This record gives sequence, C-alpha cells and structure tokens, in this order.
Amino acid sequence: MERPNLLYIKTLSGGDLEFEKKLIDVIKKEFPLEKNKYENLVLFRDFKETAEIVHKLKHKISILGLEKSYRIAIKFEENLLNENLALKEQFESVLKNMSNFINQLE
Amino acid sequence: MNCIIIDDESTARVIIEQLCKNTTQLNVVAKFPNALGAIKYLNEHTVDLIFLDIHMSDFSGFDFIKTLKNPPTIIVTTSDKNYAHEAFEYDFIVDYLVKPIAHERFKKAILKAEINKKSPIVEPITLDKNTDKDLYVNIDRRLIKIDISSIYLVEAKGDYINIKTASKNYLVHSTLKKIESKLPMSLFLKIHRSYVINVTKIIDIEDNSVLIEKDVIPVSRMCRPELMRRLNLL
Repeated sequence: MERPNLLYIKTLSGGDLEFEKKLIDVIKKEFPLEKNKYENLVLFRDFKETAEIVHKLKHKISILGLEKSYRIAIKFEENLLNENLALKEQFESVLKNMSNFINQLE
Repeated sequence: MNCIIIDDESTARVIIEQLCKNTTQLNVVAKFPNALGAIKYLNEHTVDLIFLDIHMSDFSGFDFIKTLKNPPTIIVTTSDKNYAHEAFEYDFIVDYLVKPIAHERFKKAILKAEINKKSPIVEPITLDKNTDKDLYVNIDRRLIKIDISSIYLVEAKGDYINIKTASKNYLVHSTLKKIESKLPMSLFLKIHRSYVINVTKIIDIEDNSVLIEKDVIPVSRMCRPELMRRLNLL
C-alpha cells in the first residue's frame, strides 16, 4: 500500500511552519471524527450520507498524497450513490493507513 | 482584490487562505463553512472574488449562485470534476479548481479573475411594475375586489387557483402564471410550482417548508435560493 506523505503540505507552505502546524492540527482533529461518522453511516447502510462523508474524506486523502487511494475513494463514492458497497474494504484500508500516519504526526 | 472563501471543509478553507496569502493581490476578508453565512455577509458587504465549493451538504454552491443578483467573479473549488460543464454556464465563473489545488494552478486562476474582474455590487431587489392595491377576480360573472396585501397564498388547483386571505378563500378559473404577473414582486414569490406566497406573511421556515398563516407550504429546491435571498437574515 502507498505511504501517506506531507509533500503537498510542505510545497504549499513554502517553509511557513505556522501554516503547516495549523493544517496538520485541523486534519488531526477532523479526520478521526469523519472516520467515525463514516463507520456509523456505512453500518446503517445510509448510502447518500456515507457518500457525503466519503466525499469529505477524499480531499484529505489527496492532501496526504495518496493518489491510488484517491481513485479508490472516487469510485467508492460513485458506488455508494448507486447503493453499492463494492470497494468498501479497500476504502477502509485507506482509512486505516491514514489513521496510522496521522496518529504519529506531531 | 477582496475575497471570501465558502467551503464546508476546514482543511479546504485553511489551504485556500494560505494560497491567497502567497498571492499578493488577494485579501481574504471572510471565510464561511456554509453558503447561508455568506449570503448574510453579502447583504452588507461587497467583494471582488469568491472561492466557492460546489459540493456542500445543506446548500450547494449552485444554489448559492442563484441567490446573487449581480455576482462578483467566482472561482469554483471542488473535489468533483463532474460539475465543470454546469459551472461554465455562468459567465462570472472564471475557473474551476479541482482539489488538491496546486499553487501554480491557483495563480493561473487568479490571473483569469483579474482579467474578468467585474463590479461586485449586489443589486437590490427590483421594484415592481405592479403598483395596484387591489385585484379584481371573476367569480360567477361578478368582478370581486381583493385587497392584494391581504392575500397570503395562491395555490394552483388544476384549471383553477385558490386565492387565500385571512378572512376568505377565492377559487378562480386562472393560472399561477397569470396571477403572478398581476402581483407585486416585492411582496410575492413563487416557492413551488403550485404555490405563490406573500413573503411578508411568513411565520417561520423549516427545512423545505414555510408556515404561512395556518398552512405549511413546500419550498422546491429550485425556488429555495431566491426565498433565502429575499429574507432579512440576521
């Protein structure tokens, strides 16, 4: 599985450490909440709302430089809108991968 | 250029603000996690540029656009490639940025915005041509006078319309389209294909319906932006 990275954030910051910290703090705060929301919604097969939260998570996936995972998320969001859970396991692996990475960020 | 950011994701707002900070000609004057906050702001302020997310859960970017009478330049920021065609139907949308937004791509969008910079005046609601206080309706070969300001609702019922006032209802052989042209726009608004309401008589609004007198009337998705624009929101 591809590894998350901070390349995009570093490029964007141009060395502005305050910005890097601010953005990472937002990600650290929001990601667990969104992941948790996803897990609850998917459990109850609320396809439309699950697609909404996958849409939000999709941006964070791209911020962390996960290109293949981003494509999985796009397809999974489409599947959900068609009330189809194909790619659920792959998407959840992406979330786990991100979770591990985010948890070790300072 | 004074600009605002409308995006329901905090990460996106932080990133766009940073991109603006690194672009000397941009000054972020406000950020909003939803379109309603921005509508309120734009009732009192003018801006040169809006960074607008399209995919927002309660009130989409396109719904927001429909509330603007004379919109400033808009740059769409989104994770969806699918709305580009629709976005470019609006001549004030100068670019469509797909997240994650790279700095070079952002600069290109700002260049387009500068070229297309427009007057940011939000136009007040136009005054009416209809200044008559009364409306005459034909019921059983009699022309009956109705005080227009007393009408709170007009409902389409097949080939008829039901004109409702606090004291009486009038069933008239006509169409909503016809009566709409006779009513002052400053008071009345079509909120659904079957309903025109007097906006001054609204008691409250909840989700996709309004309470007017004792009637709960649905508000269609298409009509909702204009209704929101007409309200004096705090």
